[in-house]
Amino acid sequence: MTTSKRSPLTWAVHLSVLLLVLLWTLPTAGLLISSLRDKDQLAVSGWWTALSTSSRNDVARAPSSESQIERDGTFVIAGNLLQGQGGEISAFGFSSREPTAFKPGETAELNDGERLTVQSDGSFEIVSDTRMEGSRGQRIFFTASTPPRFTLENYGEVLSAAGIGRSFINSLTVAVPSTVIPILIAAFAAYALAWMSFPGRAILIAVVVGLLVVPLQMSLIPLLRLYNDVGAFLGVPAKTYMGIWLAHTGFGLPLAIYLLRNYMAGLPREIMESARVDGASDFDIFVKIILPLSFPALASFAIFQFLWTWNDLLVAIVFLGAGNDQLVLTGRLVNLLGSRGGNWEILTASAFITIVVPLIVFFALQRYLVRGLLAGSVKGG
Amino acid sequence: MQLIAAIVTMIAGVLACAAYFWATNFVLDWIFPSKGLSGAAASRNLRITNAIRPWLFLAPALFALTIYLIYPVIQSVYLSFHGRAGQNFVGLRNYAWMVNDGEFRQSIFNNFLWLLVVPALSTFFGLIIAALTDRIWWGNIAKTLIFMPMAISFVGAAVIWKFIYDYRSAGSEQIGLLNAIVVALGGEPQAWITLPFWNNFFLMVILIWIQTGFAMVILSAALRGIPEETIEAAVIDGANGWQIFFKIMVPQIWGTIAVVWTTITILVLKVFDIVLAMTNGQWQSQVLANLMFDWMFRGGGDFGRGASIAVVIMILVIPIMIWNIRNAAKETAGH
Repeated sequence: MTTSKRSPLTWAVHLSVLLLVLLWTLPTAGLLISSLRDKDQLAVSGWWTALSTSSRNDVARAPSSESQIERDGTFVIAGNLLQGQGGEISAFGFSSREPTAFKPGETAELNDGERLTVQSDGSFEIVSDTRMEGSRGQRIFFTASTPPRFTLENYGEVLSAAGIGRSFINSLTVAVPSTVIPILIAAFAAYALAWMSFPGRAILIAVVVGLLVVPLQMSLIPLLRLYNDVGAFLGVPAKTYMGIWLAHTGFGLPLAIYLLRNYMAGLPREIMESARVDGASDFDIFVKIILPLSFPALASFAIFQFLWTWNDLLVAIVFLGAGNDQLVLTGRLVNLLGSRGGNWEILTASAFITIVVPLIVFFALQRYLVRGLLAGSVKGG
Repeated sequence: MQLIAAIVTMIAGVLACAAYFWATNFVLDWIFPSKGLSGAAASRNLRITNAIRPWLFLAPALFALTIYLIYPVIQSVYLSFHGRAGQNFVGLRNYAWMVNDGEFRQSIFNNFLWLLVVPALSTFFGLIIAALTDRIWWGNIAKTLIFMPMAISFVGAAVIWKFIYDYRSAGSEQIGLLNAIVVALGGEPQAWITLPFWNNFFLMVILIWIQTGFAMVILSAALRGIPEETIEAAVIDGANGWQIFFKIMVPQIWGTIAVVWTTITILVLKVFDIVLAMTNGQWQSQVLANLMFDWMFRGGGDFGRGASIAVVIMILVIPIMIWNIRNAAKETAGH
C-alpha cells in the first residue's frame, strides 16, 4: 500500500525539482546560447528558437544595366540575393504588392519584357532580348529561410573591440593579490584569538563579529578622502592597484578572521599541548601544526574572497580609475549596458566572459565553498 | 605585464608579512629568552613573552581593521553632520534634508519592500528545495545547478535578467523570454523594468535567484542534522508529509532559518550593483545604497549627504549586528 501511495508523490517531487532546476538554469543557458548565435539572428528571434530555421522577408536590388553581359544573343544580369550568407529562398517577387508571387525556379515576366528567374540558392538572372537600359537595378523581393548559425564571432569582437580582453587582465590583477594578501594576516590573528589567552580577547572576537556586517557604504567616503590625501601627500595618484588590494584586504579580514578562528578553535587541544610540552613556541606551533591543519578553512576563505573581489563592482569603481588599463570586468559591463544597451551580441558575450571564471572556480571547488558557508553561518545559530 | 607586476607585488606582500611575523617573534625571544635560563628568570621572561606575543600576531590585522572599517565608521558619522566637502558643521541639516527628500523616501520605501520580500522568498525557496532534493537520487546535481548563481556577479546577473525582461514593441517578435511568454499567452508585451512600483519586484527576482542557493545549502545541512528519532516518532503517530515537515522539522531548525534570514537581510540592505545596472534608480526603483553612491559623485559629490545615507544603512544593520555578537559570545563562552 505504501508503495502505491508513494509513487505519485515521488513523481511530483521529481517533477517539481525539475521545474525549479529549469527555472534556475534557463536564464544562464539563454545567455550562453545567445552569445553563440549569429548577431543578425539574435536581434530578431528568441534564443529558444536558436535551433530552428528562421525565415525573413527582405528586398535586394539587382546590379544596374551597366553590368549586363551578352550571351547567345540575349542580355543577362546575374547575381545572388543571399550574397553567400547561406540559407534558402522560398518565394520571390518583383513588386511590393506581391513580394511572394513566385516559387524558386519559376520565371517571372517583368513589365518591360525582361524575365527574372531566382533559384532556391539565391542566384538570379534577369534575361532580356534587347539591351537593358536604366541606371537603377531591378528590385527583387524574397523570403529566405536562414539555417541556424552558431559562431564565436561575438566573443572575438568583445575581446578585442569592446575592451573586455583588457578588463579581464585588470580583474585578475585586482582579484589574485586581494585574495592572497589577507590570508596570512588573518591566520595569525585567528590563531591568537583561538588559542592564546590575553586580556580583551572576548571583546576582540565580538568586534570582529560586529565588523562582519558593517556596510561597505560606511567606508567609501572616508577612505576616498583618505586615499586622496595620502595620494596628494606622496605625490602619487589616489587610485592605484595597491590601494584596491589593501581595501579588499581590509574589507575581507573580518570574514577571514572569523572563519579561521572558528575552524582553529575546533582543532584538538591535545596536539598543541603535546607540542608545547616538547618546547615548541607559539610561533612554531602555528607555522608547523596549525597552518597545515587549517588548509580546508584557508581554501574556503580564498574561494569566498576570490569570488567577492572578482564580482565586486562598488569597491572597484570607487577606488580604481575608469581608464582602459584599470576598468575591471564588472565596471566594463555596466558601461556597455549604458552605451551598447541594445547590442545583445556584445552584452551576452561580455557577460559570459565575466562569469566564466567564477563558474569554473565554483564547479571545481564547490566542496570548499559549501564547507566555508556552513562554518560561517550554521555555527552562529 | 601588469599581471606580472601584480604577482610580484603579491609575493612581496606575502613575504613581507611572513618576515614581519618571523622577525618580531625572533626579536621577542632574543630580548626575553626563556630557553637556557633557569628558575625565576625563565618563568618571568616566559610570562612577558606570553603577554606580548598575541599582540604581535594581531597587530597587522588590527591595523587594517582600524584603517578600513573602524575609522571610516566613526568618520562617516562625523561627516554626516558636515557639509558637502566635509568641513563646515551643519548639525542635523543633512538628516532634515533627507526626511523631506522625495527620492530618499522612495528609497526607504523600496528598501523595506526588498527587506520584506527577498529574505522571505529566498529562505522559503531554499527550504523547499533543500527538503525536496534530499529525497531524490539526483538531488546533488539539482542542488549544484540551483547553487550556481551564487558565483555570478550581480552585474552579470543583471545582464542575464535584463535579457529576459527585454522589450520589443507589440507586433514584432519578442526576444525577451518573459515578453515572449506573455505574448504567447495572449497578453501585451511590457517594458517590465520601467513600470513604477512593480519594477522593484522584477529587480528582486534577480537577488532571490542568486540567494536561494545560499539558503538551500545551509538549510539542507540543518535538515540533515535533525535527529532521525523525532521523524520516526511522528511517522509512527501517523503524521503525514506536510505535518512532519512543518510541525516536526521546521521548528527544529528555527535557529538556522534565522541565520539565513538575517544574512540575506544584510545583503539586501547593501544591494547596489543590481539597481545600478538595471535602472540606475530610474522609474522609482531607487534604493539606499545606490542613492548613497549617487550622492558621492553627483554634482561633484556631496559627502555630507552621502555619509548621512550610509549612516541610515548602518543604523538598519545594527540590530542584526548586536544579535550576531550575542550569539557569538554565547558560543565562545560554551567553548
